[in-house]
Amino acid sequence: MHIVVCIKQVPDSAQIRVHPVTNTIMRQGVPTIINPYDLFALEEALRLRDRFGGEVTVLTLGPPMAEDSLRKALAFGADRAVLLTDRFFAGSDTLATSFALSMALKKIGEEFGEPPIVFTGKQTIDGDTAQVGPGIAKRRDLNQLTYVARIVEVDPAAGEIAVERRAEGGLQVLKSRMPVLITMLEGANEMRRGTLDNALGAARAQVVRWSAADAGIEDLTKCGLRGSPTIVKKVFAPTARAEKAKRVNTEEGSTAEANAAALVEAIFTRQP
Amino acid sequence: TRKELPEHFKAYRHVWVAMEMEHGKVHPVSFELLGEGRKLADKRGVELAGVVMGGDGEEVAAAAIEAFEHGADVVYTIVDPILTHYRNDPYTRALTDLVNTYKPEILLLGATNLGRDLAGSVATTLLTGLTADCTELAIDDEGSLAATRPTFGGSLLCTIFTLNYRPQMATVRPRVMAMPEREPGRRGRIVSHDLGLAEAEIVTKVLDFIADGDSGRAALPYADIVVAGGLGLRSAENMQLVKALAAVLGGEYGGSRPLVQKGWITADRQIGQTGKTIRPRLYIAAGISGAIQHRVGVEGADTIVAINTDPNAPIMEFAHLAIVGDAVKILPALTDAFARHLSVNRLAS
Ligand SMILES: Cc1cc2nc3c(=O)[nH]c(=O)nc-3n(C[C@H](O)[C@H](O)[C@H](O)COP(=O)(O)OP(=O)(O)OC[C@H]3O[C@@H](n4cnc5c(N)ncnc54)[C@H](O)[C@@H]3O)c2cc1C
Ligand SMILES: Cc1cc2nc3c(=O)[nH]c(=O)nc-3n(C[C@H](O)[C@H](O)[C@H](O)COP(=O)(O)OP(=O)(O)OC[C@H]3O[C@@H](n4cnc5c(N)ncnc54)[C@H](O)[C@@H]3O)c2cc1C
Repeated sequence: MHIVVCIKQVPDSAQIRVHPVTNTIMRQGVPTIINPYDLFALEEALRLRDRFGGEVTVLTLGPPMAEDSLRKALAFGADRAVLLTDRFFAGSDTLATSFALSMALKKIGEEFGEPPIVFTGKQTIDGDTAQVGPGIAKRRDLNQLTYVARIVEVDPAAGEIAVERRAEGGLQVLKSRMPVLITMLEGANEMRRGTLDNALGAARAQVVRWSAADAGIEDLTKCGLRGSPTIVKKVFAPTARAEKAKRVNTEEGSTAEANAAALVEAIFTRQP
Repeated sequence: TRKELPEHFKAYRHVWVAMEMEHGKVHPVSFELLGEGRKLADKRGVELAGVVMGGDGEEVAAAAIEAFEHGADVVYTIVDPILTHYRNDPYTRALTDLVNTYKPEILLLGATNLGRDLAGSVATTLLTGLTADCTELAIDDEGSLAATRPTFGGSLLCTIFTLNYRPQMATVRPRVMAMPEREPGRRGRIVSHDLGLAEAEIVTKVLDFIADGDSGRAALPYADIVVAGGLGLRSAENMQLVKALAAVLGGEYGGSRPLVQKGWITADRQIGQTGKTIRPRLYIAAGISGAIQHRVGVEGADTIVAINTDPNAPIMEFAHLAIVGDAVKILPALTDAFARHLSVNRLAS
């Protein structure tokens, strides 16, 4: 079974800083990681491969340096890595991103075998829209299974798959036919430690690098800013309220008990 | 970036809310969206419509009435047994079909698992823009939808437009918008539409639904009192202090995102942009700095109390009351003070 996992390289959010004057994000020197949600997808794919045989291909769309994340995925045990990178992709929103990824998936299918399962994470930690998975499913005409907490059963011969999907108030048990797109829920599994073999292989592996043209994209108006219906017009800091929080303990050295009593008093006398 | 809207989009008018049904009942986020949609429709001078899809005619009719009473002028309904349980394929077909037929200029959905699953498919099918998890919706001077959401990392917001495509789509999480006042007896027009699909055409089948046991799962979004901890607590053990205060107040407890990542609390107790949005009467945040992703999840609270060692922490910009000091010392004192206050009041009443 050939399985493709889409992973995104993201800034390690804990370490992002905003420029105090220009209100822009200071990316320089910010370390990058594989989007943490995507590791659940990757691990699930590796488990299926270990069970049924086959290969796991990881795919990312990003700048050349996104190759780092692909190598990390190889070190966890993925078999092949594809980097889709081209300046035409700059400024892609989720519609343009899912277009580019779906074209790369088509090409991957032609070159390395059609994948019955494509995985994505639930969402990323930077854009955080959870829209790319459904976008890919629609464009590749894959049956869409989002927020999957558990894969219950896979029958490659019959082409069937059953999953538990997180819904409001409970788990929906769904049966569908492959090819499917699965967005994996966090906590569904625990990422393995790659073997030494994997680590050595990852360092030496050849990452497949495709431009837009390599991926068979002819219509560049569907890519990048031009292919993005959403337009970010304004970035701004939230307005502070006229007054800051009223400080209950203004006296230095007052005890925790006195402060607590003053706070309770203030809460009950406050008129919102 | 603003061009003349292409000719074929000029017929797109009105504001729609795709209503979410959950086991026969309307999800409250749908009413919150109708409240917000009403303001957008009034500003644009157009109608507000609800879309109700389901398998049971009576449930759909009841939901339509609720939609009218929460502000809708029109309700589009599709009733078909195929729609009994949510499935991506038939729901996507149903909603895109309605959009293509009746052409709304704005389409809003709840940012629930169902809403996000559906919105992504519908936007891709229609090849239009979709702004996720908005915290503010407005109409700009030129009549476009201005959808504001937090940006990653720092303390910033961004406003996103879909200028040259229709409909302009956005999702909003539960509890971000206020619940509108219900107007009993308010009615409107119903437009019923057919699904036009056969069950045999739909590949995905629902085998079962395993309902969550009520015990243990946090009911944060609709709690009246919430006490939360942040990294300022410094250890998992100190989360006990937060839980004890919540227990005395009869409220729920939660925390900032790093606490989930550290395993101090479960993911269903995370408060903020990527966790739960809350609108309690009282919110107490202990050792939380107040990053924008946290702030947008709590801004709807009536009274926000900050306990923080840093008088200049960002949370001071939006909290109402504050104690500057060590949460580890203040939390137990606060639990005692509330316990005393509540028992005195109980005696008095
Ligand atoms: C602050 C901010 C806000 C934004 N808001 C919006 C918005 O409201 N609407 C909009 O259309 N766009 C928005 N964008 C643009 C959007 O983030 C990008 O298009 C991004 O490339 C993909 O979206 P995401 O990060 O939200 O991914 P998600 O949809 O959250 O990702 C889901 C999964 O898809 C896969 N995936 C996502 N991106 C890639 C990739 N590049 N390569 C491989 N796999 C991938 C991963 O498996 C991931 O787990 C925003 C960007 C920023 C920085
Ligand atoms: C895409 C994205 C989504 C996010 N979503 C969320 C979300 O949903 N929810 C969320 O909370 N965060 C979210 N975050 C993270 C957010 O940006 C902040 O990093 C996080 O909220 C900080 O958590 P904190 O306040 O607990 O920790 P810190 O920012 O480290 O703050 C700790 C605070 O405790 C104070 N303190 C220290 N010692 C004490 C003491 N003894 N007593 C009292 N106070 C003390 C400090 O002064 C400080 O203000 C998200 C980030 C990204 C990039």
